[in-house]
Amino acid sequence: MDKAISVEHLKFAYPGVDDTPDIVVFEDLNLQIKQGSFVAVLGGNGCGKSTLAKHFNSILLPGGGKVYVYGMDTSDPEKLIAIRRCTGMVFQNPDNQIVANVVEEDVAFGPENLGIASPEIRNRVDRALKQVGMYSYREHAPHLLSGGQKQRVAIAGVIAMEPKCIVLDEPTAMLDPRGRREVMDTILKLNAEKGITVVLITHHMDEAAQAQRVVVLHQGKVAADGTPREVFSQVELLHSIGLAAPDTAELCWELNKHGFDLPLGSLEPDECAQILYEALKV
Amino acid sequence: MTPFIEVKNLTHKYSAGTPFEHTALDDVSFSLERGEFIGVIGHTGSGKSTLMQHLNGLLKPDSGEILLDGVDIWQDKKTTRQTRFRVGLVFQYPEYQLFEETVYKDIAFGPKNMGLKADEIDRRVKESAAAVGLSDEQLTVSPFDLSGGQKRRVAIAGVLAMEPELLILDEPTAGLDPAGREEILNYIDSYRKAKHATIMMVSHSMGDVARMADRLIVMNKSKIALMDTPAEVFRHADELVQMGLNIPVLTQVFMKLKQLGLPVEPVYTQAQAVKALTALKGGNADA
Repeated sequence: MDKAISVEHLKFAYPGVDDTPDIVVFEDLNLQIKQGSFVAVLGGNGCGKSTLAKHFNSILLPGGGKVYVYGMDTSDPEKLIAIRRCTGMVFQNPDNQIVANVVEEDVAFGPENLGIASPEIRNRVDRALKQVGMYSYREHAPHLLSGGQKQRVAIAGVIAMEPKCIVLDEPTAMLDPRGRREVMDTILKLNAEKGITVVLITHHMDEAAQAQRVVVLHQGKVAADGTPREVFSQVELLHSIGLAAPDTAELCWELNKHGFDLPLGSLEPDECAQILYEALKV
Repeated sequence: MTPFIEVKNLTHKYSAGTPFEHTALDDVSFSLERGEFIGVIGHTGSGKSTLMQHLNGLLKPDSGEILLDGVDIWQDKKTTRQTRFRVGLVFQYPEYQLFEETVYKDIAFGPKNMGLKADEIDRRVKESAAAVGLSDEQLTVSPFDLSGGQKRRVAIAGVLAMEPELLILDEPTAGLDPAGREEILNYIDSYRKAKHATIMMVSHSMGDVARMADRLIVMNKSKIALMDTPAEVFRHADELVQMGLNIPVLTQVFMKLKQLGLPVEPVYTQAQAVKALTALKGGNADA
């Protein structure tokens, strides 16, 4: 089985309040995510990113069509627990996700709920904390940690449940540059070393650029889908739906309007500089 | 001439006298003029929030003073209270602080507390709502029926309605998409121009602060590490990285170009970059 998540003809609407009509989010969404891949999901506010993420572990159920997680139908109540073991979620605000007064107890909360024997919990908690680089803080109080540290504890809490897939909904939105780097490094490492499938929902184009695949959602539909290079070359499309490409691609695009003829795929500053240098050297 | 805001030798300690004592601000001094747009950068725990909360009297200095038009804001109770109206503070994720039944009432809360007359409150509510792009129809709905981006606007309008002379915003664009970010930044700058107000904006987005601000304050380890124009501040790229901060991507590109041997000076906005590079290309074409 190499498909982690399969979204087939998904329909979903939030019910309207009183007389107001339902808010339709998806009418016919199709998306496949491969096991072991790192997919970034981009889109403007209200495009359905978070709604989609909540379909990946049965927090929301399809109004029509199907969502399969490792072959399991998310609308089958019998599969609920198995699905939630497969797919862990990390949300935006670390303060809303931490439940215990000691870091290691917080990380143990998930495995405890899975009914795992305590020696095994001990192993998993230690392993998870080491993987996110927070082992030395295992006896600290979570509320005294920085945002990036708290978010890494939240991620440890998810990986202690040993999921095959982690869905992160804007995990760095509330963090400073250092915290963002810590979280991104952790995500990349889990994906590369443990083969965990990562679905990262983000507003930061530079984070999306680190994924293997970028999916752009707009008004409940897939507006673009490809490697970061392919997606971020489509600067006009991104602008038309209220998004932007990374600054490097934006610069090249703007320069092309001023008589340059630059490729738009360069995302890293050094690569962009190299391309500009080639174009300008005498 | 007396500066608009003057902070002198400000020191603040949390949990003073306990084993957890932590100096959040250590002998900080600076001054601001009216109409300036100041960007504040620094990593978590560098003292940014503590500094902001001192400027409108939410926190009291352990030592040092804050002068507003030359008057110590802690001089007497009346001055402190007045300061809270003259200095508006928009916290991070301000949309979580909305509480009223309608958008109108929520925006009116501040001006009402100032003891303004009904018609003046009405003018201010409508003006501030319009200033952040809220329509008249939206004034009658519950703020909880709005989207996240719209709630953010309501929260900002609520502070604008007090017509603060100094407007402080903590990451006003966090969690918004690029189009939403651009709009909020434009509203803030329009308010500054319309009221000749001073803006202090805390942001982790180096590109945004570099583009918007006249001057930047870089906080590091409870002190002001740098305070200068963006061009000067981003010259200290290595120091900024050591402080856990980023430099704008375009500045990185230009530093690399310089390394490669092109005759360019560091820039931090797209307009500057385009100008510099097209000039260079034109020069090459002539040669």
